Amino acid sequence: MTDWPILSTVTFLPLVGVLFLLLTRDDTPNGRRNVLNVSLFTTLFTFLVSLFIWIGFDNSNPGFQMVEKTTWLGTGIGYHVGVDGISMLFVILTTLLMPFCILASWVTIEKRLKQYMIAFLLLETLMIGVFVSLDIVLFYVFFEGGLIPMFLIIGVWGGKDRVYASYKFFLYTLLGSVLMMLAIMAMYWQAGTTDITELLKYQFPAGLQTWLWLAFFASFAVKMPMWPVHTWLPDAHVQAPTAGSVILAGILLKLGGYGMIRFSLAMFPLASDYFAPMVFALSVIAIIYTSLVALMQEDMKKLIAYSSVAHMGYVTMGIFAANTQGVQGALFQMISHGFVSGALFLCVGVVYDRLHTREIAAYGGLVNNMPKYAFAFMVFTMANVGLPGTSGFIGEFLTLIGVFRANTWVALFAATGVILSAAYALWLYRRIIFGALEKESLKALFDLSPREQALLYPLIVLTIFFGVYPAPIFDATAASVDLLVNNYTAALQAAHDVALSVK
Amino acid sequence: MTAEILLASLHLATPEIILAIGALALLMIGVFSGEKSGTTVTVLAILLLVISGGWMILSGADGLAFGGVFVSDAFARFLKVVALIGSVTAIIMTLGQSRSEHLNQFEFPVLLVLATLGILLMISANDLISAYLALELQSLALYVVAAINRDSLKSTEAGLKYFVLGALSSGMMLYGMSLVYGFTGHTGFAEIATALSGESRSLGLLFGLVFVLTGFAFKISAVPFHMWTPDVYEGAPTPVTAFFAAAPKIAAMAMLVRIVGTAFEPIKLDWQQVISFIAIASMVLGAFAAIGQRNIKRLMAYSSIGHMGYALVGLAAGTKTGVSGVLIYMTIYMVMTLGTFACIMAMRRKDGGVTENIDDLAGLSATNPFMAVVLTALMFSLAGIPPLAGFFGKYFVFVAAIEAKLYALAIIGVLASVVGCYYYLRVIKLMWFDEAKGEFARTAGVLRLVFGLSGLFVAGYVLIGGPLGAAAEAASASFF
Repeated sequence: MTDWPILSTVTFLPLVGVLFLLLTRDDTPNGRRNVLNVSLFTTLFTFLVSLFIWIGFDNSNPGFQMVEKTTWLGTGIGYHVGVDGISMLFVILTTLLMPFCILASWVTIEKRLKQYMIAFLLLETLMIGVFVSLDIVLFYVFFEGGLIPMFLIIGVWGGKDRVYASYKFFLYTLLGSVLMMLAIMAMYWQAGTTDITELLKYQFPAGLQTWLWLAFFASFAVKMPMWPVHTWLPDAHVQAPTAGSVILAGILLKLGGYGMIRFSLAMFPLASDYFAPMVFALSVIAIIYTSLVALMQEDMKKLIAYSSVAHMGYVTMGIFAANTQGVQGALFQMISHGFVSGALFLCVGVVYDRLHTREIAAYGGLVNNMPKYAFAFMVFTMANVGLPGTSGFIGEFLTLIGVFRANTWVALFAATGVILSAAYALWLYRRIIFGALEKESLKALFDLSPREQALLYPLIVLTIFFGVYPAPIFDATAASVDLLVNNYTAALQAAHDVALSVK
Repeated sequence: MTAEILLASLHLATPEIILAIGALALLMIGVFSGEKSGTTVTVLAILLLVISGGWMILSGADGLAFGGVFVSDAFARFLKVVALIGSVTAIIMTLGQSRSEHLNQFEFPVLLVLATLGILLMISANDLISAYLALELQSLALYVVAAINRDSLKSTEAGLKYFVLGALSSGMMLYGMSLVYGFTGHTGFAEIATALSGESRSLGLLFGLVFVLTGFAFKISAVPFHMWTPDVYEGAPTPVTAFFAAAPKIAAMAMLVRIVGTAFEPIKLDWQQVISFIAIASMVLGAFAAIGQRNIKRLMAYSSIGHMGYALVGLAAGTKTGVSGVLIYMTIYMVMTLGTFACIMAMRRKDGGVTENIDDLAGLSATNPFMAVVLTALMFSLAGIPPLAGFFGKYFVFVAAIEAKLYALAIIGVLASVVGCYYYLRVIKLMWFDEAKGEFARTAGVLRLVFGLSGLFVAGYVLIGGPLGAAAEAASASFF
């Protein structure tokens, strides 16, 4: 197995599924079943193959592993892929969430099922590609390419205001990213390479770092999204179909956080240090403000979307605390948020499929006739709140520790977000699940179907498992994060020494 | 000129000579076999262009011919092959719908062959006089072609407009050339460069430079000399518009690159400012002015104005990377444009009427999924979204701009590209998000072939980009 190009295999496996899908027809019940089966089989198979990445991964090696490198386009752009502790788990997260997306769309997508599945499989390839790229242009290609299928997913299969939401999503994210493209070019001329492994070793001059950092930040902050450029997210979430929301919250938001760790922090340490207070301020505002906004929402998906923004606030804060706990916590928070928020959107999808409304006021007392649903929703609500024993707790706690070491005031304000998140999440739960079952329209609702149980129960297991035993994740990330943090401190120290010697 | 030198020159110019003699022969065939020979002549014209291109690829000799007025080098060969592909494709596309647009007269393919001859000569021109003559050969053929649909008021108007403005720009360019000649004493590009490198430049020469650049800006429809483009694009029959949008732009761009890259190389700082301004103005206008367009041909006209701006970004850099970026950009642009025009030609109602309103594309993904997927890929590619070809075109020109430290140009450029996305997205939105109102008639096979291949190219650029980039890099080695 050693020479087998496993990363490329995992990246491009979904495209094989696309080829099969092109041969099917979705206008008959039989054809529909074929489309669904092919998609599900492709994503499951991709997931299984991707597990070999984790199995073959050497936890003690902080560098890049399973590297493949060939020349590709001129001007130094190569096809270069590999994973380290920071990126490896995101690949697994992506392949893990995809089968859930396919299952979530099993009955809800009534028109153009085939094109829908093709869009999702293309998206999977592009997302995995982002995490495994070790060439910065290749990274950009995958990073931006994801816009195309997502634009179509929101626009074709979305809700009432889907056109507005899809435009906003596309143009917002593109505007941030084009500046990053220029920064990538500037890095190429400065360092003479687009290879990420080389760029990580290169030390950019301090003045240039500031500009490059800002350009990258423009892209990643929109993608995360950070306050105040988060406004596309609630629109996109509300309009997107359930599976689209899962992918958006589960993976696409993580691209921003991953980019910040991989590029902003690792390549521009001086600028990261310089701008850290600004990021802290934005993160704290995001945590408190969007939590308050979430309290006021009438729409379930919007509420969860705002809570995602708040949770991403912890991630940005943890990243720029730039110590082991902060970065580890941010990584853990992203992974955990990946399946918790995905699961929450799936929960919304479950009741939306039955009642076709996301308005919170339309529900109440579901615990009486949907006990299984109530249980599943409770676990994910608790994980979203950050209850100890769920995976949500560990990430939040570690990022808070990390920030506490960097700046106690930030940690103080950010901690209030934990309380606020409990407020909106529990209140949401109370309004939907508890109370008397009075509304006529709700009385006929069935509990979870086997398909929905298959969707939610595995995620419950994951949430609890990683909440109680987070070690597998930390073992995988530890070495790479240590290397990153050490390099970061060394670069700052070196700059400090130079400044002293000049005096 | 001895016989050997003449023979060597003729050898270098064989592809052009094939076309010249062939065009005359085709004219004869057309005249003697009468009205019905349209299709035969078209097929023969395609054959002629293919033979000429094949000769160019296979023989591949480099050198100066006819006392230095004609040059054959890697740069010329690269662009000539691209331009020939563009011409052949555009002529093939006319087979798809010639009957309805009065394009079945035999003069039409003959004129296109003559225009292509002009294009090849423009790309190889190495002297002010040969450059001007080549340009006029191309332009005169195209003026007639624009007005070929004699029964249509719009087409004749387009032809007239194109002629008047084109003649004006030719006049300006000629005046500029005369100034350049007056102040340097030479017409050959190499001699001009030598004359300029020695002494300090005079004001008169700068005037000459600006006039020459103005003429070029007209030909490639760059702002502020772009006004003819939307009207001519809209008025001319669609296959003709497709031809206009492809090969002639490549030729004009090639000539511009050669003239500023060799003759005016010593005064780079002067033309860099002009080109930078034209590039910025074209990108911005192309992005904003297209937003309000409902006619897809006008939309493509503004889009092409914007794209010329992006290509000029590479030239403004004034480096080898820049020229190679321009070459890649123009190649990708041509493929995208031809594919899009093939789709536009396929927009025919079932009752036989032709439509150019983008609203008629509504719901295309349901009625004609293949064309919708291809057009979507082309639109995303025109917008410059990876992993499609258009992105790499933009990448290679902007990478040159960053190398030359033209940061403002690059930033304005990428921001304009985001604005430009808006109208490309609208076409996609119509096709995918909206309900179908009607179906188009069955698409002709050749059109499906053309847009299918073009879609394949933009999607598959990630696979074939390496060799293409290497060829462009080798071709750009002649400059800077």
